[in-house]
Amino acid sequence: MSKAEIFEKLEEIFRDVFDDESLQIGERTTAADVDGWDSLSHIMLLSAIEDEFDIKFDMKAVQGLQDVGAMADLIGELL
Amino acid sequence: MHSLLEYPFDSQAISRKRRSIRRELLSKPDLIEKRIAILGGSTTHDIREILELFLLDYGIRPVFYESEYGQYWQDAMFPPEELLRFQPELFYIHTTNRNISAFPGLGDTAQAVEALLDQEYARFCAMWDKLRETFHCPILQNNFEYPLYRLQGNREASDVHGRVHYITCLNLRFAGYAQAHDDFYINDINYLSAAYGLEKWADPFFWHMYKYALSLDAIPSLAFSLAKIIKSLYGKNKKALALDLDNTLWGGVVGDDGVENLVLGRETSMGQAYTEFQAYLKAHKDLGILLNVVSKNDYENAIAGLNHPDSVLRPDDFTVIKANWEPKSRNLLQMAQELSLLPESFVFADDNPAEREIIRQQVPGAAVPELQDVERYISQIDHGGYFEVTKLTADDRKRGEMYKENLARARLENSFADYGAYLLSLDMHAEIAPFAPVHMGRIAQLTNKSNQFNLTTRRCTQEEIEGFAADPACVTLCGRLSDRFGDNGIVSVAAGRAVGTRLDIFLWLMSCRVLKRDMEYAMMDELAAECLRRGLRSVRGYYYPTAKNGMVRDFYEKQGFTKLSEAEDGSTVWELDLTGGYTPKNKVIQIDRMGEETAT
Repeated sequence: MSKAEIFEKLEEIFRDVFDDESLQIGERTTAADVDGWDSLSHIMLLSAIEDEFDIKFDMKAVQGLQDVGAMADLIGELL
Repeated sequence: MHSLLEYPFDSQAISRKRRSIRRELLSKPDLIEKRIAILGGSTTHDIREILELFLLDYGIRPVFYESEYGQYWQDAMFPPEELLRFQPELFYIHTTNRNISAFPGLGDTAQAVEALLDQEYARFCAMWDKLRETFHCPILQNNFEYPLYRLQGNREASDVHGRVHYITCLNLRFAGYAQAHDDFYINDINYLSAAYGLEKWADPFFWHMYKYALSLDAIPSLAFSLAKIIKSLYGKNKKALALDLDNTLWGGVVGDDGVENLVLGRETSMGQAYTEFQAYLKAHKDLGILLNVVSKNDYENAIAGLNHPDSVLRPDDFTVIKANWEPKSRNLLQMAQELSLLPESFVFADDNPAEREIIRQQVPGAAVPELQDVERYISQIDHGGYFEVTKLTADDRKRGEMYKENLARARLENSFADYGAYLLSLDMHAEIAPFAPVHMGRIAQLTNKSNQFNLTTRRCTQEEIEGFAADPACVTLCGRLSDRFGDNGIVSVAAGRAVGTRLDIFLWLMSCRVLKRDMEYAMMDELAAECLRRGLRSVRGYYYPTAKNGMVRDFYEKQGFTKLSEAEDGSTVWELDLTGGYTPKNKVIQIDRMGEETAT
């Protein structure tokens, strides 16, 4: 799966989770840029990503995620 | 039901789309608001959010208090100002085996293990007692799920030092508390986690990462279980089953295949599955659930099928049998009317997807489980939780009989030209008395179940009911009606509070099974008599309209009250002047006076 495809799917997940159909995300998007992205919705977000891409994050990998770009890289590695 | 929340649901979809689901559900009409305090021994954030969805789906709009992380015990024992101000109407205590303070050591004596159990149980007991005396409201308490690992392997189940054994003992103690105390309910996560798969339920990733004592995917199952208990407490259970016959209660089509060729009985696997399903349905009669038939069949064929030697269900087990060629939606609506039930009180079970769709469209609110394979019929209906039992009264077990008696009365009514003569022929007797301890459970249940003949639609817990009974300023009455066909049990409840020389009625309801029997006049006669005894000079009545109680809009007018005011929403206030005395209105029911009441 190409990085663009990963981003496309990610955007769909973000739109569902944060209930905002116009939400756009990019490499540098962080929690500070998205309304409602706090530590609690972060859990829901990760779980939705796992389900959509059919992958499983381990504890160690999840700890270091800085922005959506890093998230997409991690997904790419696990696919 | 919201399609995403219907059993069997997709946990991931619920979790992911929770915000849009919430938005849709909040636009539902007639949501009732309830204040719920969640006291957690681990993270509860997602539990709260998902529970809200299921409750909204049941027509309950929750407002939450959520304890700080892990503060369940402290919040209960030393309630913070915020919790006191919140005035919860219900508690949910979310504890899990992560909150068990200590487990036995392998070197402990049996007595030491017993002492440890006592200590743990006492800690929980103290908390429940404290909550009960401070807040007087229902408590939902998790029991414990089994541990994820077993040091000794299978021996953990039998050895007193084993964690499996220890948790089993604790769970039994919790159950004991529930048996001994009203308004205390176990949320059985021991069963839930087993059904879900303990390995997946208790995935330690979520504990170490977020301090969730169960996996995120399991939360909808937990929340659904809680919502089932809560909606049952607030009178939102279903009351009746409407069952198809061909390929639902038996394999084959009785009209085409003939009775002798129906698939039923112990000889074949398919027949056995239908028989087991029938036995499952029949057991519902003891819960007070009415069994009915809605089938496209000639009536004679339907009855012949039910008389099949291997049929567990017999024609006599059903309250109403509609077997004809009319649309099923019309039959179901008519059946609801005959039984004085709301159409939404029915669960419709039919193997035919087209029939299910018609009911979904034409009878909004009725539950329509997806029935596909006969071997899964039971779990489809069972896991839906339509009939979740929180209280089981003697009346519940007799309900089917009572409804049948009612239908017999209806037949008799048709043979009389004059309605008054018919009422007299019923030889009705009523006992009307203040709320008595034996009836508190039934009275609370009625306040939560009655929708149609209910002036104020005020829902009460048993503790509130006991509070009214103990309050010297309150006049409370509950009425029991029997006639030549049988005993209807407690059917009407009224309560008012004296304000100066006036009585304000804040509760007045009646079960629809005794409509048009003049029981409401008998009740008012008693209420007025009690007011006069107390020297009160007037009675004030209130009507608050809902989507369902239109039938009592003119109630106070018929009772001879004068309308004082009418609000924009249709709420009305009425008054009855007692200074000139009161003329009793009931002429058809014999009143058995208080004190002459026979023990029941």
